[in-house]
Amino acid sequence: MSRPDIAYATASELAAGLAARQFSALELTDELLARIAALQPVFNAFVSVDPDGARVAAKAADAARAKGEAGPLTGIPIAHKDLYMTEGLRTTCSSKMLEHFVAPFDGHVVTLLKQAGTVLLGKTAMDEFAMGSSNETSFFGPVRNPWQRDSVPGGSSGGAAVAVAAGLAPAATGSDTGGSIRQPSSFCGVTGIKPTYGICSRHGMAAFASSLDQAGPMARSAEDCALMLTAMAGYDARDATSLPRPKEDYCRELVKPSTAKPLDGIRIGLPEVFFADGVGAPVVAAVEAALTELRKLGAVTVSVTLPNISYSVPVYHVLGPAEASSNLSCFDGVRYGHRAAHYTDLLDMYRKTRAEGFGDEVKRRILIGTYVLSHGYYDAYYLKAQKVRRLIADDYQAAFTQCDVILGPTVPTTAPLLGAQMQDPIKMYLNDIFTIGANLAGIPAMSVPCGFTSNNSPGGLPIGMQLQGAYFSEAQLLNIAHRFQQVTDWHRRVPNIQALGTK
Amino acid sequence: MALSQNEIQRIAHLARIEIDEAMLPQLQQQLDSIFGMIDVLSKVNTDGVSPMAHTQPLVLPLRDDKVTEPDRRDHYQQGAPAVQDGLYLVPKVIE
Repeated sequence: MSRPDIAYATASELAAGLAARQFSALELTDELLARIAALQPVFNAFVSVDPDGARVAAKAADAARAKGEAGPLTGIPIAHKDLYMTEGLRTTCSSKMLEHFVAPFDGHVVTLLKQAGTVLLGKTAMDEFAMGSSNETSFFGPVRNPWQRDSVPGGSSGGAAVAVAAGLAPAATGSDTGGSIRQPSSFCGVTGIKPTYGICSRHGMAAFASSLDQAGPMARSAEDCALMLTAMAGYDARDATSLPRPKEDYCRELVKPSTAKPLDGIRIGLPEVFFADGVGAPVVAAVEAALTELRKLGAVTVSVTLPNISYSVPVYHVLGPAEASSNLSCFDGVRYGHRAAHYTDLLDMYRKTRAEGFGDEVKRRILIGTYVLSHGYYDAYYLKAQKVRRLIADDYQAAFTQCDVILGPTVPTTAPLLGAQMQDPIKMYLNDIFTIGANLAGIPAMSVPCGFTSNNSPGGLPIGMQLQGAYFSEAQLLNIAHRFQQVTDWHRRVPNIQALGTK
Repeated sequence: MALSQNEIQRIAHLARIEIDEAMLPQLQQQLDSIFGMIDVLSKVNTDGVSPMAHTQPLVLPLRDDKVTEPDRRDHYQQGAPAVQDGLYLVPKVIE
């Protein structure tokens, strides 16, 4: 077995290398820490890096392996989106409000991945409080797309996507409220899954919109996502919306032997709206080419409709801000985070603290949320949006009586240029049209690399296809993506970072 | 729907966010365009549709009335802007 390229190997390949003693977890960690140090000035993917903590964890992983106690993720370096609480390592949500905040506990997902033996390299940049789709609303400056440095990486889990795409970490956690795992995965050419709402505990994740937020992994293959999700998922009494279900092995379908037609009989639903005008021609072409591959593997396609999906963006921009305005009321300069230096009285302290601590996008959403929940407007906006949410969720349930999974582009476009959307928030919001529905319905959905705008990288930007499934169909989604990845190599393409002027 | 600058200041007060007067025209324009996008919902027929707050049928979990958490007050207060004698300090509220 040859030694894998540590920068771009999958977590599964690295695990095999660790098991074969080709390198230690400490050597693996040190090499990735060196890459992070070299490339942080270029991509700005991390908010905090923890070399000391990572090396301690790596040594512990090596010791566990020496004792014969290694699991599939023991010694695998990962990064957490900077909204997961990590005891002793600051958690900023990429906000000035939490610039110096160090959580007094680990979030549940952080604990589970720690118990699985992973090595935490650091915390990745995000849109402030996960509000944004470009990573440009971060207090710590924009993150750059490794495929084209003047393009955005997407968001809100943009730093996580870049960490995986640029060879800084084989896998990372993200969170997805309206597409924040899938859209940056699509823009950066990585694989990411948002599981069914309630599968992963939200304990110790800074809340944006509690009825939509869900944790999930981002990695270099569906196989790695399955490994990560198996470790991350599980009931937790500390999250009242955590679903009391038995622990699942999300790798169970993937490990079955491959046949000529591993997807025989799988019905892929194609909503016309996912291929309509406004979707970029290279995006449609790449997704259609992927469909050809999936048909060769035995899948059949059927036409389905999602009649109310176009309302998902407005519904999201009522419900998301409403929940956010409530969740973010805890940032008042009293118990944690930023407090204004100068104020006249308590009310003035709140007002100035929040004016200084929050960025423009977060303030806009809090204002919208406050308005739609305020007296006289609740029925017209909030209640109305909750009703249309049910129509959208019902559309999905009806569609899944005719198909096993729904497929389309993850995003209508590839990654836009930095700065292109900041003056026009609506333009950015509308780009989330294909991803939001899965959050509103609470169903699992993933993004899988399926092509590039140009096959001659650099110059080409990644394109992702989205698979959406019925509740608790993660193992099936991951299996379809895995079988696709066994016959394609889009997920293994790597950006030409040397051509970008770094070593 | 158009929000007046007075309305924006009223909401900002409810949200406890100070808004710079100079920023109001731009903010007004942005909120107008967002509400313009949202207002399409008013045309959707939702007669007889029950509002959906959560995607799964949730039952409020109950637990035994037992102390499960240790006292970690000092640890939790380390990140607070101002504390004294184990209490959070805020500006004087009652004269």
